[in-house]
Amino acid sequence: MSEEVQDARQLTSYYAQMVLIRRFELVADQMYKRARIGGYCHLNLGEEATVVGLMAALREQDYLFTTYRDHGYALARGMEPGRVMAELFGKSTGVAKGRGGSMHMFDAGLHMLGGYGIVGGQIPPATGAALALAYRTTAGPEAGAVLCQLGDGTTNIGAFHESLNLAAIWKLPIVYAIVNNRLGMGTSVEAASGEPDLYKRGASYRIPGERVDGGDPVAVRQAAEAMLTQAREQRQPGLLELMSYRLKGHSVVDPAKYRSQSEVETAQAADPVPAFRARLLEAGVLTEEAAREIEDDAEEKVGAAVAFAENSPDPAPSELFDFAYAQDVPNAPRALPGDPLEVEP
Amino acid sequence: MNAEPTPITYRQALNDTLRAELTRDPNVILLGEEIGKFEGSYKITAGLLKEFGPERVRDTPIAEEGFVGAAIGAAMLGLRPVVEIMTLNFSLIAIDQIVNHGAKIYGMFGGQTPVPMVIRFPGGGGQQLAATHSQNLEVWYAHVPGLKVIAPSTPADAKAMLTAAIRDDDPVIFLENLALYNTKGVVPDGEQVAEIGRAAVVREGTDLTVITYSRGTLIALEVARRFADEGISLEVVDLRSLRPLDRTAFCQSVRKTSRAVVLEDDWLSYGVGAEISATLMECAFDYLDAPVRRVAAAEVPLPYAKPLELAALPDGEDLARVVREVLAATGFHS
Repeated sequence: MSEEVQDARQLTSYYAQMVLIRRFELVADQMYKRARIGGYCHLNLGEEATVVGLMAALREQDYLFTTYRDHGYALARGMEPGRVMAELFGKSTGVAKGRGGSMHMFDAGLHMLGGYGIVGGQIPPATGAALALAYRTTAGPEAGAVLCQLGDGTTNIGAFHESLNLAAIWKLPIVYAIVNNRLGMGTSVEAASGEPDLYKRGASYRIPGERVDGGDPVAVRQAAEAMLTQAREQRQPGLLELMSYRLKGHSVVDPAKYRSQSEVETAQAADPVPAFRARLLEAGVLTEEAAREIEDDAEEKVGAAVAFAENSPDPAPSELFDFAYAQDVPNAPRALPGDPLEVEP
Repeated sequence: MNAEPTPITYRQALNDTLRAELTRDPNVILLGEEIGKFEGSYKITAGLLKEFGPERVRDTPIAEEGFVGAAIGAAMLGLRPVVEIMTLNFSLIAIDQIVNHGAKIYGMFGGQTPVPMVIRFPGGGGQQLAATHSQNLEVWYAHVPGLKVIAPSTPADAKAMLTAAIRDDDPVIFLENLALYNTKGVVPDGEQVAEIGRAAVVREGTDLTVITYSRGTLIALEVARRFADEGISLEVVDLRSLRPLDRTAFCQSVRKTSRAVVLEDDWLSYGVGAEISATLMECAFDYLDAPVRRVAAAEVPLPYAKPLELAALPDGEDLARVVREVLAATGFHS
């Protein structure tokens, strides 16, 4: 296969993944509004190129930790759309068996070690996963690395700084990828950060940083790959900043009134999904027909995902204590509200 | 015939056990502040850096949230980190990682990835360390499903329970106590693995049950010996595990003795004794001859000055007084 053809296939697959995420998130939004999905629900709308570019750089042996805005990462890392939707629906067929919901996608087999609902919570464990890799394996082109995705607001929390410091002094194979969508909920990066050029924040730990256009999946992949290579081969941690934008509010229920109309219009004009489509059409990688086929396919997959989730069983109350502990222990409480205490005669 | 085994300190029992588990399982690593070159703030890890090297006995910066969280992530990939936090007080800096992550990851993600790790730290006051360095907040952790919280009182238990904790697949909070490190006891040779989640009747008696844990067990045993001289028979239950709590053990004891006093190192309100008392209301109401009493710390930030510190912390005199009050209230005569 020529390099050009290979590239074309890769680019087509990026577009297909971006479209799948876009469709999935739009339908998740609908399903939330129809009360099929509970709790919080944070969408990757507008961040598709960033998500797909990062996941394209990640290899099978690598590990991934993310924020709670994690549906796209789950899909692009290879989870079945039906099982991701089932998790949103709280069904026992969900990727976390309905225990986690929107913020907590997880698949041990795919090395997706979790979406984390507490801001910054994923960063120390991701750093520890890199410590385990460093402890067990030697550096080299085939070594595993960790990608720790985080949001712009997270760079202000202590866990971020403590983790970067540990990664630097212990020389850990990890790349911290900041998705800078310009807003921590409704607070701008400039209002929240003493150094709003977030990629520079690794300087205190001598961790190299780079800022990349998060609207271009190829640029994101290339930058992430380069940093992951440094991590695998040199045990050099990296800090990558992806300039991105979320097209909607912080979560499904947020009307995002803190944004000006012109800001929203600018963002919509730069929407990475149609932009990438136009680019591939122009480059002759995709035909209009092929693009439509990809879009129809995504619609079909997401429709099937909803049907799968709808038809999946709810977890039974009798399973409530199934994952109380990984290792059984005597006297583990199993009382439901109002139950008498279990005490032997 | 072998000679009688020599008693060793609680500190030595912990050190021996860490060495044995590091030797047995390459997945075991130690992490913590000053555990390597400095050999541990309380010398629990003395000699281990020299023996096992810096990859396995890893000094950390002063960054509790970072290194406790890192231990969680390492455990998710199958290592068995044993984290030392210098004292319980500093664990509060890591509480997001312990409570929001360590305790949740196995269950919240549908049972896919266990978090086999141990977090060791001493609690305890009485060393004139003042308010921020003298707290007994074990119930904060004992309150949280997903954690196992254990508190050995003897060198033998320190060994068998630490061994069990390191081999356990869940996050285990391993509570030590500053006042126990120099205490001595006979420790059986060879591999000893305790069952987490079980209390022990450490002294049998018939007249009143003292329910306690950690440092309190030593105090209760001493008080029980003194009462025995007067012909009064106290039973002592060492909880050993605060989560899960072995309710059956102390319920059975109190059903037998009909009287109960809880001795706890923590503050009175919402403490261990509150949980024990509520359990006894449910499991032993018809057996009780007197209300359950609690001997706990005075509810103040612990002062530095010795007379104030002594006044605030529960001791053997406090326990003996309350035992007498409960006995007197029920018209007990030895």
